[in-house]
Amino acid sequence: MNTNTNVGKYGEDRASEFLERLGYEVLERNWRCNVGEIDIIAKDHECLVFAEVKTRTRVGFGHPFEAITSTKMLKMRQLVGEWCRAYRVTGVQVRLDAISVLLTGGKVHIEHLKQVF
Amino acid sequence: MNLAKTYSISLIGLTGTLIEVEADISSNLPGFVLVGLPDASLSEATARVRAATANSKAPLPNRKITVNLSPASVPKFGSSFDLAIAVAALAAAKTIQHESVSKTVFLGELGLDGSVRPINGVLPAVMAAKREGFGRVIVPMANLAEARLVDAIEIVGVAHLTQVLAIHGVDIEVVDVNPRSTLDSSVANSPTVDISDIHGQDSVVESLVIAAAGGHHVLMVGPPGVGKTMMAERLTTLLPDLSLDQSLETTAIHSVARLRGKVGANLITRPPFESPHHSASAASLVGGGVGVPSPGLISLSHNGVLFLDEAPEFQTPALESLRQALEKGQVSLARAAGIATFPARFQLVLAANPCACGQAMSVNKACTCSTQAKLRYLNRLSGPLLDRIDIRLQVKPVNAAQVAISRQTAGRVTSQQARSRVVSAREILRSRLTQLGYELVSHVPPNELRRAIRPSRAATRNLDGALAKGVLSMRGYDRCIRIGVTVAALDGRDQISPADLDQAFMLRGSDNLMVAA
Repeated sequence: MNTNTNVGKYGEDRASEFLERLGYEVLERNWRCNVGEIDIIAKDHECLVFAEVKTRTRVGFGHPFEAITSTKMLKMRQLVGEWCRAYRVTGVQVRLDAISVLLTGGKVHIEHLKQVF
Repeated sequence: MNLAKTYSISLIGLTGTLIEVEADISSNLPGFVLVGLPDASLSEATARVRAATANSKAPLPNRKITVNLSPASVPKFGSSFDLAIAVAALAAAKTIQHESVSKTVFLGELGLDGSVRPINGVLPAVMAAKREGFGRVIVPMANLAEARLVDAIEIVGVAHLTQVLAIHGVDIEVVDVNPRSTLDSSVANSPTVDISDIHGQDSVVESLVIAAAGGHHVLMVGPPGVGKTMMAERLTTLLPDLSLDQSLETTAIHSVARLRGKVGANLITRPPFESPHHSASAASLVGGGVGVPSPGLISLSHNGVLFLDEAPEFQTPALESLRQALEKGQVSLARAAGIATFPARFQLVLAANPCACGQAMSVNKACTCSTQAKLRYLNRLSGPLLDRIDIRLQVKPVNAAQVAISRQTAGRVTSQQARSRVVSAREILRSRLTQLGYELVSHVPPNELRRAIRPSRAATRNLDGALAKGVLSMRGYDRCIRIGVTVAALDGRDQISPADLDQAFMLRGSDNLMVAA
């Protein structure tokens, strides 16, 4: 595995812990299909949360959130459909969240945006 | 609540509209949306604002920023909203205190480094802010002198975004920049030409003094080289200084146009002089532009002189476009962005050769034009346009003897002397004109003037005779009376004498220019 994948994996672990601390129930990690991948699928009370996690070690190339483009969000919506079809889930509330993990100076800085559609 | 509001001014023509700049920051993926009918250059403000704030060490949050320019129905254009947008966004981000910016109008364009750059039309914008009851306007440092022309309002000049933040109590290191001053303080307010430069044309000079006193439009017909251009250029030196209101108006127009960086740190206090080349288009004279109307030369010469040299060589549409402005003293331009009305009360001076070869009136050279060709040449000046011109002068060549005599005469009239005569003549006319609601004799419609003046039967005897013989039309009659009023006032009298009207009759000239040629 290369460094970036390691960083990404580490960030997703931290984000997952973060959601659990918030009281979310993490259902699945890194679910894949032919459309792409969903980083974290969790449950917040009755609501299904599909989270995209971006991890960066520096902001030279912009804030992690800036890397989540509208194309990426469009793909996320598609993936939600795919996931629900795969698990035959219907009639639930869903939410798309974005989580940024900044790893600078040995510190982990997590930002969480809800309902970014 | 991540919401903040500040103010800016949108200019259409010289009319400023107060614009509320609202900024909202919502928890969403980073983005910058600008709504409220911005044009292309204003839409680009989002990129400038984000870079300028980041480079001023006051970055905007990585969230979705929505900026609304209200009222949304007023079209907005240009880069003058940058500063207000940046300040509103920073206030929404709680970098600046909301209360301290919500009572200020911000004007200025931002550079990516955070520098505040000068904009056009600061003067009318600041006047609009004052009218709206604001106590403080922040303007680009380079526009400070111009903005300060408006009194009774606090003007703060800034050269960098950090200065704005510091003013509003943000603890930030102020970046020191030297503003690029676009203002040229050496405005040609001091005339360098003088009417005494003209030799041997005393009667034409006197006619120009009359034109100056009454604001009458002038046509000069004469062969090349007799000094028509020279005399027209010196007409402004005969005009009195602009009043404060006139100065502000004229300076505001020049500020909006800023064609030649002509607006100085000072008010334009002398009547402007514009002399377009005869290839000028109707749009360049009247004003226009895509989307946003900008003033043309007739507005730039507002309260001054518009000189059209070689008038018959101008395109017909360009000449005819002057008629509306001559009538109304203003011009309305309708464009996609809205209708702009610019004042355009100028004194028109036309110069023309008597024919295409130019020699029709000269003494020692023969004209080579056929009668037909001559007719065609002068007919390019249409009847309706000539109608609006009170004084038609024939400028004849001077011979060596006249020049020699003039050189030896010590008492040639200087511009200053002539100007004081013009000032006192206008003083005499003032009360009467104010009653009618006009500023200058030439602004009064002739029939209205005739009713107000009522010259004695004895005075109009010669005019009546000319009218009876058909030499003079009724319209020409009215015009003669109008000129007569000015002539009498120049002589320090209130009543028109027969001699005044005789002189007026001569100045009015014939409707048929061919007679002159």
